[in-house]
Amino acid sequence: MARVLLFGPLRDLAGWREREVAATSLAELRSLLAAEDADLGAALGGKGVQIAVDQAIVRGDAPLTTRSEVAFLPPMSGG
Amino acid sequence: MSVRLTEAPFDPGAELTAFTAGRTETGAVATFTGIARAEAGATAILELEAYPGFTEAEIGKIAQQARARWDLHDLMILHRVGQIAPGEPIVFVATAASHRRAAFEACDFLMDYLKSRAPFWKKEHGPDGRRWIEPTAQDHADRDRWD
Repeated sequence: MARVLLFGPLRDLAGWREREVAATSLAELRSLLAAEDADLGAALGGKGVQIAVDQAIVRGDAPLTTRSEVAFLPPMSGG
Repeated sequence: MSVRLTEAPFDPGAELTAFTAGRTETGAVATFTGIARAEAGATAILELEAYPGFTEAEIGKIAQQARARWDLHDLMILHRVGQIAPGEPIVFVATAASHRRAAFEACDFLMDYLKSRAPFWKKEHGPDGRRWIEPTAQDHADRDRWD
């Protein structure tokens, strides 16, 4: 089970901040989330949304383990 | 060098006193304190969200850039997260150098980065509800001065 974290407007849209999802890749995780909640699925692929796996930004697909932490980071607002 | 996030209010004066203590060779300390604005009643509470660990690490990378660019003795960045009331300090940056120019410029550089690109998500709670805030064109232009 990968640990999934949502931040900022994505958290409000989904109605949750953190959950566990059984997925072995980022692509699988995204399709599982999109199948459950199409609006969230679209927002996760939205402009400027970055993805961090274990706190490092990744582009494209990435393998996930049961201990992976996946964070969806919408455009950052600065402090 | 220190980069810290805190949910609790802090006292910029006490932070400055601690930062300057024992610096017999520093010569110059510049600081910036950002204070949450009430926006004439439009903002009752500012809510700032960070990604613990990631946010400090990303700010730390910019702090390293500042150290590479200017000859600094030390720097510190303290940033509030969570719920912040108008009038409360939200960010404190201090830079220490032998001479003032490096201290001033590094402090300015760090603030331009923090305001435009640091991994925070900011929401205003006001009488008309809540809204997420994004950096302004001015924030981006301020940061681009350093490219």
